[in-house]
Amino acid sequence: MDTVFYTLQDFLLHSKSVTYVLMGLGLLLYVFWWWFLTDKDEKKRLF
Amino acid sequence: MSQESTASTAPRKSLFTPFNVVAGVIVLVGLVITFLRFTKGIGAVTNLDDNNPWGIWISFDLLCGVALAAGGYTTSAACYLFGLKRYHSAVRPAILTAFLGYALVVFALHYDVGRPWRLTYPIFLSQGTTSLLFEVGLCVFLYLTVLFIEWLPAACEWLRLDKLRKVLVKLTLVLTIFGVVLSTLHQSSLGALYLIAPSKVHPLWYSPYLALFFFVSSMFAGMSMVLFEGTLAHRNFHELMDETHLEEAPGVVTGFAKACSVVMCGYLIMKMFGLALENKWHYLATGYGVLFLVELIGFVALPAYLYAIGARERNRTLIRFTAVWTVLGIVFNRFNVSLVAFNWQLPSADRYFPSWMEIAISLFVVTVGVLAYRFICTRMPIFYEHPDYKESH
Repeated sequence: MDTVFYTLQDFLLHSKSVTYVLMGLGLLLYVFWWWFLTDKDEKKRLF
Repeated sequence: MSQESTASTAPRKSLFTPFNVVAGVIVLVGLVITFLRFTKGIGAVTNLDDNNPWGIWISFDLLCGVALAAGGYTTSAACYLFGLKRYHSAVRPAILTAFLGYALVVFALHYDVGRPWRLTYPIFLSQGTTSLLFEVGLCVFLYLTVLFIEWLPAACEWLRLDKLRKVLVKLTLVLTIFGVVLSTLHQSSLGALYLIAPSKVHPLWYSPYLALFFFVSSMFAGMSMVLFEGTLAHRNFHELMDETHLEEAPGVVTGFAKACSVVMCGYLIMKMFGLALENKWHYLATGYGVLFLVELIGFVALPAYLYAIGARERNRTLIRFTAVWTVLGIVFNRFNVSLVAFNWQLPSADRYFPSWMEIAISLFVVTVGVLAYRFICTRMPIFYEHPDYKESH
């Protein structure tokens, strides 16, 4: 939180790293969210 | 449906119902303030000044009005573009809500601009093609026309204008595509408008992705508004609904709840990216941070979860409650961006708070919308298929 950034490179490295981690977590969250949302739905028979 | 026969046998209702009396008082007060606004000028009825040239008429009537009218493009896209025909009965009420919503946005704008008689100048006389406001104005002008044409078949069925109706129905797909394109453009541009004021909007709400936030939030705002409006319609116009409408209604409610939940989850993640990319986490520990978290957790994460629970359990009461909560959340968000977090660095004496007359005009505009909605629903085939045109829907 209180990190001091001396260069733009430092700032972008930090903020983009955090964003990439969040992206991964977001994708995982989305998959679990979809399961949670649809697991009680009637399953479509595909055969 | 046999509304005419039931109307002739039913006893005449008194005009002085509580709804009519309250609506009448609001309209009367609104007309008096309208007279004052157009005879004595905008300064006589508002608390606007050079620091705060945009007030509640922009925040509520325009930003909230446009977002909440997004149900038109989402519902018609779901039905006609994605082929989800089970939502067909929801299209006409959604288009009507959107049409009235946009019409009232333009109506309310007449109060807010200095010279309302020049409202059409940017479209026909002096195009400011480098301005986002021009793009918003052009899109709203075009989309209002599209919505009017999309709504016209209902009026044609009422007035028995068969030939015109036939031509208009053939345009449905083109109009839907046009509507989605225009909505994508101006819903996002309304957010992008605030990109011009990075020093005025609080960093928690200011983001290079404002346009994206406004567009994505308009999707669940519109769908929630369709659910909310559906709840009110079922309560007040139940006798006007035909079997198809009543049979499809539960599917529409759970389907829209599921869609809202998915979009809100995505919106929440995007808002996190907005914080992360500019490293704004430290602002969360401030007073504005608490407000931001209330908005994000209380009005996005919580309703997304409640929508999911409602869709899983087929709990339509919970979904309808959540729709109202989400609509309030959108109003909260648009107010935060354009009022609360705007000019946040000014001393409190210079901050804007609307005058009672500004609030009264906003109430007046909403009341005019409700009255127009009731007038149209009780006369035109909105909640039922006209018996003469059943095969052609």
